[in-house]
Amino acid sequence: MSADVHTERGALADAGPAAAEPVLEVRNLSVDYGFGDDPTHVLREVSLTLRRGEVLGLAGESGCGKSTLAYAATRLLPPPGLITGGEVWLTNREGTRADLLALSDAELRAARWRDIAIVFQGAMSSLNPVFRIEKQIVDGIVAHQPRMRREEARERAAELLRLVGISADRLRAYPHQLSGGMRQRVMIAMALALEPQVLIMDEPTTALDVVMQRQILEEVMELRERLGFSVVFITHDVSLLVEVADRIAVMYAGEIVETAAARDVYAKPRHPYSAGLLGSFPPLHGPRRELTGIPGAPPDLSAREPGCPFAPRCPHAMDVCRTELPVLGRTAQGEDNRLVACHLHTTASSTEPLPPSLSR
Amino acid sequence: MSFLLRRVAFYALTAWAAITINFFIPRLLPGDPVTALLGRMQGRIDSNAEHSLRVLFGLDQDTTLWQQYLDYWGLLLRGDLGLSFTHFPTPVSEIVDQSLPWTVGLVGVATVIAFVIGSLIGTFLGWRRGTWADGLLPVATFFQAVPYFWLGLITIAVLSVNLGWFPSSGSYDRGLVPAFTGEFIGSVVYYGFLPALTVVLSSVAGWVLGMRNMMVTVSSEDYVTVAHAKGLAERQVMLGYAARNAVLPQVSSFALSLGFVVGGTLIMEMVFSYQGIGYTLYQAVSTHDYPLMQGCFLVITLSVLVANMVADLAYALLDPRTRTEDR
Repeated sequence: MSADVHTERGALADAGPAAAEPVLEVRNLSVDYGFGDDPTHVLREVSLTLRRGEVLGLAGESGCGKSTLAYAATRLLPPPGLITGGEVWLTNREGTRADLLALSDAELRAARWRDIAIVFQGAMSSLNPVFRIEKQIVDGIVAHQPRMRREEARERAAELLRLVGISADRLRAYPHQLSGGMRQRVMIAMALALEPQVLIMDEPTTALDVVMQRQILEEVMELRERLGFSVVFITHDVSLLVEVADRIAVMYAGEIVETAAARDVYAKPRHPYSAGLLGSFPPLHGPRRELTGIPGAPPDLSAREPGCPFAPRCPHAMDVCRTELPVLGRTAQGEDNRLVACHLHTTASSTEPLPPSLSR
Repeated sequence: MSFLLRRVAFYALTAWAAITINFFIPRLLPGDPVTALLGRMQGRIDSNAEHSLRVLFGLDQDTTLWQQYLDYWGLLLRGDLGLSFTHFPTPVSEIVDQSLPWTVGLVGVATVIAFVIGSLIGTFLGWRRGTWADGLLPVATFFQAVPYFWLGLITIAVLSVNLGWFPSSGSYDRGLVPAFTGEFIGSVVYYGFLPALTVVLSSVAGWVLGMRNMMVTVSSEDYVTVAHAKGLAERQVMLGYAARNAVLPQVSSFALSLGFVVGGTLIMEMVFSYQGIGYTLYQAVSTHDYPLMQGCFLVITLSVLVANMVADLAYALLDPRTRTEDR
C-alpha cells in the first residue's frame, strides 16, 4: 500500500504544487522569548507557504524553532513567547482569506479547529485524563456548531473514531485506558472532526514506536487523499519527511534555510546544513554510506553573532558568511520552486563553483 | 464495586482502632475524677459522699481493664456514652447533641464558603498569572501566616469592641427562646458572623494559594493547549479543562478539613465563647470528665473518618484514574 501512495504523491509533486492555491501563508513571522530589554529572537522573519492538498515538511534540529513556528502561527504560543511581527494568512473553506494574527479573539476561536487543527507531540498528555474520549471530541464539535444536537455530535465522534481505525465503543473510554498509539489516533480523529483545511502535526509520532509511527502516518496520508486537507508536518526525522512530504522546509536557528520538493532536498540538497542533516540518517535506498553527522552544536539564540548562524559548523564557510546574514534566494543552478539561504549560491561563479556535495 | 468494599473495610478497621485508643487514652491520664469533682465543688459536697460518688461512677468495682473495654463497646453500640461528671447527671450523648450542631453549622458553613471563594480566586489568579493579579499573592500569604487566635482577637477588638457592629461572644441573643423563628435564626446568623468571618479569613488563603499553584501547573499541560486549539471559549477552557483538573488535590484537602471542622475549632470557640464541641472538649479535659472527653473524641474521630471516606469517594468520582479496579 505504501508503494501506491508513494507513486501517487510523486506524481502530484511532479505536477507542480506551485499551481495550487495557497491555504496557509506565513509571512515574515518573528517571535521573541522573554519580555525584557534583551529578548531572545527565536524566529526571524520566517515565511512559508502551504498549498492546497500539499504535505509540507518542516525539518530541523531540536531548538531550531519549528514547534515555535507552529504555535505562533496558531496563536497558541505560551508566555514568555511573544509574536513581534508578521502575518499568517489562512484561506477558509469559503475561500475567504484572513490574517490569523489580526483576528479578534472570537474570530480566532471560530477559525481554530474548523479551519486549522493541530496534533501535538505528546500523545500521552494531549487528552484530558478526567474526561471520556467522547466528551473531548464532542465539545470541540459543539463549540463550533452550537445548534448541533448532542446525539448527532456523538454519532459524528463515533464516525471519526472508525475513520482512524478504532471501534466506536471506545468512545466511553478514558484516556488512561488506551495505548499510546490509540491516543494519538484519537487526537487525529479529534483534529479532523470539523474537516479542517490545514492540519498541523507537531512531531506526532515521536513518542511512538517505529511500527506504530508507520501505521499512523500511512493512515494520515490516506485520510488526506480522501478528505483533501493540507498538512504541515513537523519533525526532526528527515528520512521520514522524504517519504511523506511533498515539499520540505529546512529550519536552522529560527530561520528557513532551504525549501524544495522533498525528493530534491533528499537527492540534491543545496544548503550545507541540509546536506549535513541528510548525512546524519542512513539512506533509505541505494548503497550504504557512512553517517557523517554535523560537527558542533546549534548556536545560542540569545547571543547571536552577525553573519550566517550555520557558519561556525559549516565545512564551506567563507569570510562573508561570518559578517553577513544570507537571505532566501534562488539557487546557483537557477532551479524553479526551490529557495536557499546561503552565500555559496550568491557568490558561485565559473571560477568559484559550488562544492560537489551541493551541486549534484 | 470491589473498590468500594475495600475502602469500607479499611475504614471499619480504622474506626475500631480509633475507638480502642479512645478508650485507653483517658485511663492513662493522671488524676482521678472524683477528687477533681470534690475539688471543684469546694466543700459543698460532704466528704462522706465521696464513697457514694465512686459507686455512682462505677469506680468502686475492681473490674479488669479488659472487662471495662468490653463493657465500653457494649454501651457504645447502644448509643450510651455514659454520664458526664461535670454536668452530672446529664448523659454525654445529650451534651454532644447540644453542642455539635453549633460547631458543624458555624464552622461547616464557614469552611465551605472559604473553600468555594478560595478556589474561585485561586482559579482566577492562576489563570491570570504573570499579570497584576500576582500582586494579591502577598496578601494571601499574610492571611495564611497570621495565627488564628490573634486574628480572632483583632476582629473582636475592631468590629465588636471599637465599632460595636457585632457581639463579641455567645451564639445567639440570650433573651430569645431557641425556636425555628425568623428572629431566632437571624440572631444566630448575627452572632455567628464574626466567628465565621475569622474562620473564613484564616483558611481562605490556603485554598487560594493551593488552587493558584495547581492552576499554574495544569495550565501548561498539553490538554489545555489542545482545548485552546479546539476553539473552546476561554471560560470553558479555564473552568472545564484547567480548573476541573486543578481542583482534584483541593477536593481531598477539603474533605480532610471538613473532618477537622469538628475538632479543629477549639481556639475559635474559646475566643468567642461559642458553645460548640471544641469548647465542651476543653471543659471536659480541664475537669477530668472522662465520659465527656471520650464522647467528644469519639465524635471528632468518627467525623474525620467519615470526611476521609467522603474524600475518597469524591476523588474516585472526579478522577477516573483512581477507579481502576484491576490493580
